[in-house]
Amino acid sequence: MSIVEFRNVTKTFGPVVVLREVDLNIDKGEVVVLIGPSGSGKSTLLRCINALEEINGGDLVVDNISVKAGRSQVRLIRQEAGMVFQQFNLFPQMTALENVAFGPRRVRGISRAEAEEQARALLAKVGLAERGHHYPAELSGGQQQRVAIARALAVKPKLMLFDEPTSALDPELRHEVLRVMQALAEEGMTMIVVTHEMAFARQVGTRLIFMEDGKISVDGKPADLLANPENPRLREFLQHVH
Amino acid sequence: MEFDWSVIGEAMPALLSGARLTILITLAGLVGGLAVGFVAGLMRAYGNAFLNAVAFAYIELIRGTPIVVQVMFIYFALPVLADIRVNPMTAAVTAIVVNAGAYIAEIVRGSFLSVHRGLKEAGLALGLPLWKVLVYIIGPVAFRRMIPPLGNQFIVSLKDTSLFIVIGVGELTRQGQEIMAANFRAVEIWSAVAILYLLMTGTLTLILRVTEKRMRIL
Ligand SMILES: Nc1ncnc2c1ncn2[C@@H]1O[C@H](COP(=O)(O)OP(=O)(O)OP(=O)(O)O)[C@@H](O)[C@H]1O
Ligand SMILES: [Mg+2]
Repeated sequence: MSIVEFRNVTKTFGPVVVLREVDLNIDKGEVVVLIGPSGSGKSTLLRCINALEEINGGDLVVDNISVKAGRSQVRLIRQEAGMVFQQFNLFPQMTALENVAFGPRRVRGISRAEAEEQARALLAKVGLAERGHHYPAELSGGQQQRVAIARALAVKPKLMLFDEPTSALDPELRHEVLRVMQALAEEGMTMIVVTHEMAFARQVGTRLIFMEDGKISVDGKPADLLANPENPRLREFLQHVH
Repeated sequence: MEFDWSVIGEAMPALLSGARLTILITLAGLVGGLAVGFVAGLMRAYGNAFLNAVAFAYIELIRGTPIVVQVMFIYFALPVLADIRVNPMTAAVTAIVVNAGAYIAEIVRGSFLSVHRGLKEAGLALGLPLWKVLVYIIGPVAFRRMIPPLGNQFIVSLKDTSLFIVIGVGELTRQGQEIMAANFRAVEIWSAVAILYLLMTGTLTLILRVTEKRMRIL
């Protein structure tokens, strides 16, 4: 059963066509790794799913709701599709615990005590049980990104979108974030991940999509594609990221 | 000539009552100015084309004309145009509301828009409506950045009340002027007036410093 369905989706920024009639179905439980050259439209594709970008043509249905169904429906989609950003984007005036408790309190409307109880459990899950009272500025990049993952999970999404979650991190901090993501995938979370981490794609991904110039040009099993990339541009791309 | 302290002593009650009025006009005017400024600033930053244009016209109209002209307009021209009678005090407070509101709008707009775009997106991505993102996420960050420029505007508005001498409001400068006209002791009177203004602006500065210290700028 599809949880995300792109039907002939087109996205333009002024005269620039960024997504060209994209068709894509993603099923529950899939871990889709999205790769492609800079500017090929990976972030835009991801941001259309939770309607941070408005599509210009076609239709896009997330958990049976169209992104074109109006504001209140879009908010429902966003609650079902958590997002993790390259730059973490934690709320700087709130502690880690308050960041994680924020969504349940203000979106789901549950009490502060209950929200913080859940937030503590989520922080423990991402390995930050001891850091709840720290402000984002007092945490390392890897810790901030794990708080950001916990913050997104707190709203209990059915789907998680990751836009280069480790690109802003020093190499030695990346694995702690990737490990959290791997654990999430093993629990059965549906995930769409833009990343250059090919080891993650191979070990955790169930599907690899290569984008070029606003189109999906290769779509298949990570193991097959990485071992034997038949598409010449994919082969060249992989040589650069390895 | 000799500095005659007794002149100051005699003038003090009148000067203090003037200072009280100055404070009153400033406080009332700034409370209103903050309300107007927040609304107009948010209209500029997040409103649709129509709201944006309305706020833009208001801000440019006020910033492009002197406050003396504004208060004269409210006090003398409005009664003729719209048959509204206003007393000098109302005209003075209204002038500060309208004038400070325009400058505060620019401060509000600037500080909201200076907050990193990613925070707004992170809030929206949780499924919040925009107004909640503004109230709970962007607002608190923007507010901290507003304090220094707002403090500046508060001081400007306080001093601007001295211009209401033109419509005969008995604020501090007007009181000084009247006493001076009676006793011709310019040095004593204007020294005392200046010091009273300094005390008021100094207190304001101190309050703002403390507020700023207690809030971490993010
Ligand atoms: N807000 C915007 N306004 C105008 N053009 C945009 C905007 N966002 C993206 N673009 C353009 O859309 C195209 C695709 O951008 P996108 O960010 O989706 O690429 P990407 O594949 O994520 O690239 P990268 O690997 O560099 O992150 C680029 O040409 C980019 O310049
Ligand atoms: Mg990108």
